[in-house]
Amino acid sequence: MKISPGGVIRDMGSTVNTKTGGWRSERPVIDNDKCIECGSCWIFCPDSSIIVTTSGNRRTYSVNLDFCKGCGICANECPSAAIKMILEEK
Amino acid sequence: MASWDIMHGSRAVAEAVRLADVDVIAAYPITPQTHIVEDTAKMVADGDIRAEYVKVESEHSAMSVVIAASGTGARTFTATASQGLALMWEMLFVASGMRLPVVMVNANRALSAPISIWNDQQDSIASRDVGWIQLYVETNQEALDTTLMAYRIAEDAGVQLPVMVCMDGFVLTHTVEPVEVPDEEQVSKFLPKFKPQQYLDPKDPMALGPIAFPNVYTELRAMQQQAMDGAMSVIEKVNDEFSAVFNRSYGNGLVEEFKTEDAEVIIVTLGSVAGTIKDVIDERGDSKVGLLRIKSFRPLPEDEIRRALKGAKVVGVIEKDVSIGLGKGALASEVRDVMYGSGDSKILSFIAGLGGRDITLDSVRGVIDTCEKALSEDVETVHWVDLKTE
Ligand code: SF4
Ligand code: SF4
Repeated sequence: MKISPGGVIRDMGSTVNTKTGGWRSERPVIDNDKCIECGSCWIFCPDSSIIVTTSGNRRTYSVNLDFCKGCGICANECPSAAIKMILEEK
Repeated sequence: MASWDIMHGSRAVAEAVRLADVDVIAAYPITPQTHIVEDTAKMVADGDIRAEYVKVESEHSAMSVVIAASGTGARTFTATASQGLALMWEMLFVASGMRLPVVMVNANRALSAPISIWNDQQDSIASRDVGWIQLYVETNQEALDTTLMAYRIAEDAGVQLPVMVCMDGFVLTHTVEPVEVPDEEQVSKFLPKFKPQQYLDPKDPMALGPIAFPNVYTELRAMQQQAMDGAMSVIEKVNDEFSAVFNRSYGNGLVEEFKTEDAEVIIVTLGSVAGTIKDVIDERGDSKVGLLRIKSFRPLPEDEIRRALKGAKVVGVIEKDVSIGLGKGALASEVRDVMYGSGDSKILSFIAGLGGRDITLDSVRGVIDTCEKALSEDVETVHWVDLKTE
């Protein structure tokens, strides 16, 4: 890796290359059968880590574990208890 | 044409700032640096310096402004002292970590409490680990000349580090001495326009001062140390080039030796008190006592110190600071560190001149007496010079 004096970054937008999901101790798991597609988890996630995929009329919610910190806000906000936080284990 | 004038040290610095053709000045007035702020502000107002003068509400802001300006490729200047330097402390690390060639004059002053507006060097010595080059000057002429040299050193492609020029408050800032003010043409030969290595430019975007994760932080710190190591030869080269243009130089730029050759006692010090020590050495008329003035405290020129001190049986370090808890001066402990494993000279620490107490000819004579006593008998390692005991 080439490091420039002062840590100057010439390659803009490179923040996404730094995966920060490793800080997580719990991980959200979404039960798509319970999900009512309300979008609350997507709105409330402070790390933009909820991924929405659309196919036809159906939106499916999943988690980007490269950046999810495991804060549990999504699980707390979900109106239909579709998100469970489970412990990350080695 | 260069011109001679009688002037305060602060005025000499302002003349250097004018000659250096700086782009941005941001400073907050604090005794004993105030005249530098006043003089440079007037020069900008009168059109003698074509710079942006940013008036700020604190030293923290002053340092933040020059950091930001330097990031855009501007040549910058600020000045402070004591509490002001302390308030800047957080940003001092930012300037050096971002490798910005900011130049600052610190008018050395004691720290509170108790409040003291008078001179010692505790302020900059306590900031020895902030990653700045620190150059200590002896005279007003040297303050002017070193401010000019500071830009060449800071802006050198291999260095890119901020430089703090340390001058004793009052002893230099408020004392008049004859000073030669070089002419602009000569200065532009020695110090051409600043060509930054990299700078913020919307057409060529980059991120300055980003977060560093544990996988690169250590490497970036090591690069700062490498830059400091490299600065050593740059400081020497700049001192030589200065001498070629202006016919003046200061030792080899890193240290100045005075009658050290056959000396069995060598006094080591920083800053203006070197003048008093030279007078005391001269009045002795022998060659037994010499002086090593450390001009560059950061980087610390270890090889030069070892070479200069190798013949000395006793080394007396006189300094205007004390590391409370260590119980000696910071420079004395560093000189011991440098001398570890080379020879068996006794290294004594003399804490003197705190909070503006004069270091008189008699004070220095007393230090030398103690050092000479140490040639043949055991003496205490640490001495508080002129300490009142009742
Ligand atoms: S746990 Fe927190 S970070 Fe992870 S997806 Fe849910 S809200 Fe976002
Ligand atoms: S908050 Fe719950 S119900 Fe709403 S979209 Fe997210 S998982 Fe589905």
